[in-house]
Amino acid sequence: MRPKLELLDKPLIERILDEAFQLIEDPGVRVAPYVEDLLRAAGITVKEGVAHIPEVLARRLLDLVPRGFCLYDRLGKPAVHYSGDTVHFDPGSSCLNILDPEAQQPRPAMSADLVRLVQVAEMLPQFAAQSTAMVCNDIPPEIGDWYRLLLVLWYSEKPVVTGAFSASSLHTLIDLLAIESGGRETLRRNPRAIFDVCPSPPLNWSEFASQNLVDLARAGVPAEIVSMPLAGATAPVTLAGSVVQHAAECISGITIHQLAQPGSPIVWGGAPAIFDMRSGKTPMGAIETAMLDLACSQVGKYLGLPTHAYLVAGDGRFVDAQVEMESGMSAALGALAGINMISGAGMLDFLACHSIEKLVIDAEAIASAQRLIEGIQPHGVSLAVDMFAQTGLQGDFLRLKETRALFRKEQHFPSAIIDRGLPVPDGTSPDILQRARHRVDELVAAYERHPLPLEAERELIAFAQREGKPTGLEGLPGILNPAFA
Amino acid sequence: MPDDHFSSMRQSIIDGAPDTASSLAQEAVASGIPPIDAINNGFVPGMHDVGEQFARGQMFLPDMMASAEAMRAAMAVLDPELKKLGTERPMAGIVLLGTTKGDIHEIGKILVGTMLTAHGFQVHDLGVDVAGDKFAAKARELKADIVGVSALLTTTMRNQKGVVEALEKDGLRSQVKVMVGGAPVTRRWAEEIGADGYAKDAMSAVALAQELMQQKLQAVSVQQ
Repeated sequence: MRPKLELLDKPLIERILDEAFQLIEDPGVRVAPYVEDLLRAAGITVKEGVAHIPEVLARRLLDLVPRGFCLYDRLGKPAVHYSGDTVHFDPGSSCLNILDPEAQQPRPAMSADLVRLVQVAEMLPQFAAQSTAMVCNDIPPEIGDWYRLLLVLWYSEKPVVTGAFSASSLHTLIDLLAIESGGRETLRRNPRAIFDVCPSPPLNWSEFASQNLVDLARAGVPAEIVSMPLAGATAPVTLAGSVVQHAAECISGITIHQLAQPGSPIVWGGAPAIFDMRSGKTPMGAIETAMLDLACSQVGKYLGLPTHAYLVAGDGRFVDAQVEMESGMSAALGALAGINMISGAGMLDFLACHSIEKLVIDAEAIASAQRLIEGIQPHGVSLAVDMFAQTGLQGDFLRLKETRALFRKEQHFPSAIIDRGLPVPDGTSPDILQRARHRVDELVAAYERHPLPLEAERELIAFAQREGKPTGLEGLPGILNPAFA
Repeated sequence: MPDDHFSSMRQSIIDGAPDTASSLAQEAVASGIPPIDAINNGFVPGMHDVGEQFARGQMFLPDMMASAEAMRAAMAVLDPELKKLGTERPMAGIVLLGTTKGDIHEIGKILVGTMLTAHGFQVHDLGVDVAGDKFAAKARELKADIVGVSALLTTTMRNQKGVVEALEKDGLRSQVKVMVGGAPVTRRWAEEIGADGYAKDAMSAVALAQELMQQKLQAVSVQQ
């Protein structure tokens, strides 16, 4: 049996959906001029920038969304399955700062930091996908979106969770992916990346978000809605009310997306959070935030859609007990909820900061969560009687052949980050941060880059130099292949 | 004027009761109480109390919002009376507030505006989704001392930098102090984008604005 956690019963899900459908019709959803004609052509009333979407149409479009799809790795193998209760994890996205590995103080992230993070995530099987995890502050902001994707594609073979901060940069990102994939048609057939698209709460599809939805649908590149109701601030204070808003934002986004290109892949996702009524912050590690994530995903699952959530992030400013308590707990909850893609690992300080040391500790929490959802399985004809028949009351189970055959399936063996009482070579007692640093160094040392086909690499470099030149980009920070120096 | 009346005014702010605050302000006007006294001895002490209780963790943001509404209701009655009398509260400085481009959230900004007003600042609110050039144009028009830029989302906080740049481009940066705030904003971010200060909440925004005004006055006296 696969363990599963659900927070909503069927009548409550039905009520949530009923109210979400009411909201998208009245008061409606703010949309950008870019999509008004598209919506009107489908019979949706759009007045003064607000679309009033009828339930019947929205339900019909929801039915067109693929119930599952895959992201592919560089070798063309399906590596992420957005469907059913499959669970994957990726590092959090678009962080401005990094916790400096030495000083353990936040500082602006640079391209070298992103490269290091990508190399570490590449080595960790807990992460099925990479993300464009950091905004590289040594790169001109106007090319920042595509440059960080370039770095990820350069150093990773895994699928990528990415996104564009403007309508225009989306096309550059898709061009880049097409080069790496060997053309637009291959990219459409075997998508390597998925793009996060964020509505502005409440119920507002801004100009660039609306345009991203339409352009991604038409390009056949998967989109992932990241709806961010903040309970009590930009959404109703009740968790149920915020789940309604999340559903309304997702349904309206899917309406736009499916009208642009019926059947194009899209994910029911989000980064909902509560709004702390003392600090005005949005704690990602709060249990209510995790509850929102789980409930929002459950509504998506009820509709049969692929799902995403933002978990495994902590709110403290340093890699400490609070941050890891929050991150570990939400990793387990997200896995139990069967969310297809869980983003957020490595992040702390209310998503303002990334830490590669935290990322490797989170990977241990994720591995435990992955073990948890494998559940307790019977092996063999009897559960215990046959083994007792061999040992009797002597209880010498360590000698049994079953023990040797099955212990690897039954037990997860964490890395040396987790203290299981094993002797440390030099006899010291490193704390968890020291162990994490050591683990990061080990992973980076063991990382080996697998080059792209030479022609693709040349094309990517030429693309980056051409697009970067007008912005004054000097060299290609983070890409050190001497062949192109 | 009986102290009881001032006490009721103060309590109406603490209770976050706009109707009561408005009625008390009207009663004060009808009974000939100078509006400046009603403000300084009745309603402003209420906002002080609220700010202190918030800082101690005894009041929460929804309470602050309600108190801000009550303060606004009282001021809506008393401001026109002040103008009629040709009297003005001593002005602590001119502050231009707005939420950054791409962001439509204004809870924090409203609270900051209310607290600044309660502390004698003349506050002009540009609203939400405000581009840098609009901040700059209005700052020039108003001869603003301080520009306050709010952002609630990590995706929009980067536009705070655009406001600093717009002020620089318009040659206003040396005359206008910039303070930033919002849920994802940090002191380090403020430093990074070249802002003059960061405030984590409405009360600290008041302290920051007062400090920035001190800096401005000192700079002026040095120049003279």
